[in-house]
Parts: sequence; structure tokens; C-alpha cells
Amino acid sequence: MKRYIAPFLLLLPALTLLLVFKVLPIIYAFRLSFYDWGIAGEKGFLGLGNYISLFKDPFFWQALINTFYYAIFTVPLNLIFSLTIAILLNRGIKAIGLYRTIYFLPVVTSIVAVSVVWKWLYDPNRGLFNFFLTSLGFSPLKWLEEPRGIFEMITGLRLPYILKGPSLALFSISLMSVWKSLGYNIIIFLAGLKNIPQVYYEAAKIDGASPFYSFRNVTLPLLSPTTFYVTIMTTIISFQVFAPIWTMTGPPPGGPLGTTSVIVYYLYQKGFEEYQVGYGSAIAFVFFLIILAITIFQKTYLEKKVYYEV
Amino acid sequence: MKSKISAGRIIIYVLITLGAIFMLLPFLWMISTSFKTQPEAIRIPPTWIPLHPTLNAYAEVWQKVPFPRYIYVSIITTVFTLLGVLITSILAAYAFSWFEFKGRETLFVSILSLMMIPIPVYVVPLFILVQRLGWIDTFYALIVPWSVNVFSIFLLRQHFRSVPRDLYDAAVIDGCSRFRFLFTILMPLTKPAIVTISIFSIIGSWNAFMWPLMVTNADRMRPIQVGLAYFAQGETTNYPALMAASTIAILPLVILFFVAQRQIVESYARSGLKE
Repeated sequence: MKRYIAPFLLLLPALTLLLVFKVLPIIYAFRLSFYDWGIAGEKGFLGLGNYISLFKDPFFWQALINTFYYAIFTVPLNLIFSLTIAILLNRGIKAIGLYRTIYFLPVVTSIVAVSVVWKWLYDPNRGLFNFFLTSLGFSPLKWLEEPRGIFEMITGLRLPYILKGPSLALFSISLMSVWKSLGYNIIIFLAGLKNIPQVYYEAAKIDGASPFYSFRNVTLPLLSPTTFYVTIMTTIISFQVFAPIWTMTGPPPGGPLGTTSVIVYYLYQKGFEEYQVGYGSAIAFVFFLIILAITIFQKTYLEKKVYYEV
Repeated sequence: MKSKISAGRIIIYVLITLGAIFMLLPFLWMISTSFKTQPEAIRIPPTWIPLHPTLNAYAEVWQKVPFPRYIYVSIITTVFTLLGVLITSILAAYAFSWFEFKGRETLFVSILSLMMIPIPVYVVPLFILVQRLGWIDTFYALIVPWSVNVFSIFLLRQHFRSVPRDLYDAAVIDGCSRFRFLFTILMPLTKPAIVTISIFSIIGSWNAFMWPLMVTNADRMRPIQVGLAYFAQGETTNYPALMAASTIAILPLVILFFVAQRQIVESYARSGLKE
């Protein structure tokens, strides 16, 4: 018995905190999602009632579509840019430390401050981006105040919500997020690229392979474990976007016309601001199931394409 | 042949330099605007270097809004969360790596699985719990729930395990207790990992937004990010003041980043590698 005392005491602080502030709230969230719990407090068991209301709630569907649009644009853009820059930086660049520092800088800065600065850049009347656009002879854009979907703007057609694409407002937030988190993925890709043995490139060169051929048949397969990791992480993080919505959009946040309301923002609005605790918890659980499903999907389908070196 | 190679290299330098300029542009514009007067800030065409640089915006932010107080709240929160994370993870990682007990691996895997559950899933019940504890508008709410971090326990355990057993045997022969072994041998040997978890904790606390937004109603208990967000909501067009406030909010971490740049970048690089 005595040999259990030391590890028990060592684990006590961590386990107590995890139990009280993580495990209990998780179990509680699951339980609450089956209860009618609003401003007046708990009013009884509802069964699947909250989930059924959620299914019929057009604002929930809008938030869900917006979140998927946000992720579908943010993740690939982030991957393409970060991989390209990492490959360029990996080619024996002088002062690579300086470049790495510059690209990484936004990662450590606060998302709130960055959002405030980008809102100013996107300002429709006085913002720098519109100044660039008009100087180049383009017409100015409404950026964060533009509810029209980007496909709608490009094609000029009137499309149903699901085909409109993200509103320009949501897409503007996507662009900012790519800028903000690019540096992290560049660092991870650089570490992955360093692990590829130089001999493969030399062998490919001797065989007369073009740089594109080497990239396609050496870099991409050997880098695939890193790419896989980066894809999963970037997707999970982009599903949790919240601060830029609160800081940059509206008033009220989520605007214009609800086109930037994402699932975590909707959860915050229902569960916290409106104190619909039961309903909010149902949103939280659907959110968790979506993240879980995406992770499992990526693990089963994408991981097949991952080449792990033996 | 040679000239062709250098032409390719020039293109690479041009591309990455253009990219770097774009990365810096928002920061430069932020700093530039923060030293301007309001009429100059909204002037078209804009000026990159303020014609009449002034510190008025900073003075305004410092005096009109309780920014010194916000910074104080953020510093206290960051320091005590860091202490909490260090204590809980060092002790737990030590138990998981250097002690044998029944169910050790099962317990460790269960704790790891908690990492899969994102904060928004349980943030509302956590809020209710903290509210019932009477912790709204206190430092407890800002610090205690985040004083434990599963990833930190995981990272430290991996590093503690890599220390050779012989060192322990030798230390015991010299009469070293298990506690002295942790503090005088294990921790100094795994300093890079301890630095890594400290960096993540500091950056995480300083930049936290959603949780402090929920648990602080009183202006005097707002950390800097929440204070800045409310300030930005109120002063939508006072651009010099907004940019001065943003500069103040990011400055401490930017200074930390330039001081400990290599450790920070390496910490993030390490976090992505499977060990």
C-alpha cells in the first residue's frame, strides 16, 4: 500500500483540477443537453427535445454552413501558402532565421489585437486595402460589411444560400486567419522537410528528374505524415473560430445578415448570452460530434495516402 | 548554366521577400496609425510615416481607459497560471514516468483522451460551475481552471522517461531522495521541455479571450484582450487610439518573442512532431 502514496500525492493536484474543471463539465454538458434549462433554471427532462429543435433551427443551419465554408477556404489556402513558403525557405536561403521570424510573428500576437488592426485595414471608406484596390483601378469592396457570397459576386447570379459561397465578410476573416496562422504551419513543414534525406533528391537528379518530378515523387510522399498532421490540426482549429467574429463583425456580431455567425459563436450566443443552457449544450455536443467525425474521416481516408517511412 | 541558377534564386528571394512584406504590413500600418492624429489617420492618400508624429493616442488610451489595470490583471493571470501549470505538470509527469503503480498506463491514456475535447464543448457548464463557486470577477476564475494542461503533462512525461535509469541508481547510492532527484537531476536535464511548456502557457494566458470574456463583468477584472475588445466596440472610428491600444496589447509578447525567438520557434516545431 505504501508504494501508492507517493504517486497518488504527486498526481493529486493535476487530477483534482482535471476532474473538477474538465471531466465534470463535460459530463454535465452531455446531461444538460437533454434538459429544458433556460433563464428560469432547470425545468425538466426533455429527452431529445433540444436536438430536435436544433434540427429545425434555421440559424443553427446557417451557422453550420458558414463554419464549413470558413474551414473549406481557410484550410487549403493555409496549406498551399505555408507549404510553398516552407519549400522556398528550405532552398538554402540566406538569413532564413530572419524570414522565419517575420512569418512567425503573427502566431504569437493576440487574435483580438490582430482582428482590430485588420478591421481597420478592411474599412470600406478609409481602409488601406480599398486604397490599394482603387489605386490599381479596381472598384472598392465592402469587405466585412458585404453579405453577398463570393460565388454570387463573381458570377453575378442569384444563388441559394448553400451555393453562394461564404459571404465576402466571412471570406475576409478567412484571409486574416491564413495570415495569422501561416507561420505555425511553415515551421512544422520546415521541420518535416529537414527530415527528408538529401540522398533521395540526389538520386532523382542523377536519374534526370525535373524539379517538379522530385517534388511530386519525393517531397510530397515523404512529407505526407507532416501534411496529414497539419491538415487535421488546421481543420480542428478553424472549426473553433470565435474571437474574430466577436471583434470584427456586426454590430451585432455574426453580421451582416448572419453570414459570419459560426457554430462556436452561435453556441456562445445561445448557451451564454441568452442563457439557454440546455439548448447551448446540445449545440456543443453536435459541434463535438462534427469535430470527431471529421477527425475520424481524415484518419481513415487521408491517412491511407500517408507514406510512413519504414 | 550558372546564370540560370542565380536567376531562379533571385525569383525565390523576390517571392519570399514580398511575402514577408505582406506579413509585416498590418503591423507597420498599426504602428504608423498609432502615432498619427485622427485627421491624418483618415487622410487619403494615406501617409506611411506620420507627418506630425504624436503620442496623443497612447496618452488617450492610458488615461481614458483603465489600460494599466487591464495589463495588471493580465500579468497576474499569466504568472499564476504559469506557476500552476508548472507545479501540476512536473509532479504528474514525474508520477507517470518514474513511479510504478497499478493502472498507470490506463490513467495516462484516459487523461490524454481529454485533449480531444475542445474547450467550447464544455465552456457553458464550466461557466455555471465557476459562477456557483462565486468566482465571477475574481482571479480564481481566470487562473484555477487553466492551471492544469494535459499537453504539458504529456510532453514532460516523454522527456522525463528519456532520462537513463542509471542516473537514478547512482543518485540513490549517494543517498539522494526521490524528491531531490526530481529537482536536482531530472528537471535540469529536461530544461528545454520545461521552457516549452512555459512558453505555451504564457502565450496562451496572455492571448486568451473567450473564457475571460465570459467570467469578467467588472471593468477592473478584465484582462487586456477583453479590455481591448470592448474598447474597440465602443470606439469604432478612433483609429489612432485603437491602433495604440492594439500595439500595447501585443507589445509584451512581441518583446518576449524577440528575446526568446529561437526557443519559441523550436517549441512550436517540437509540438508538431510525433514522439
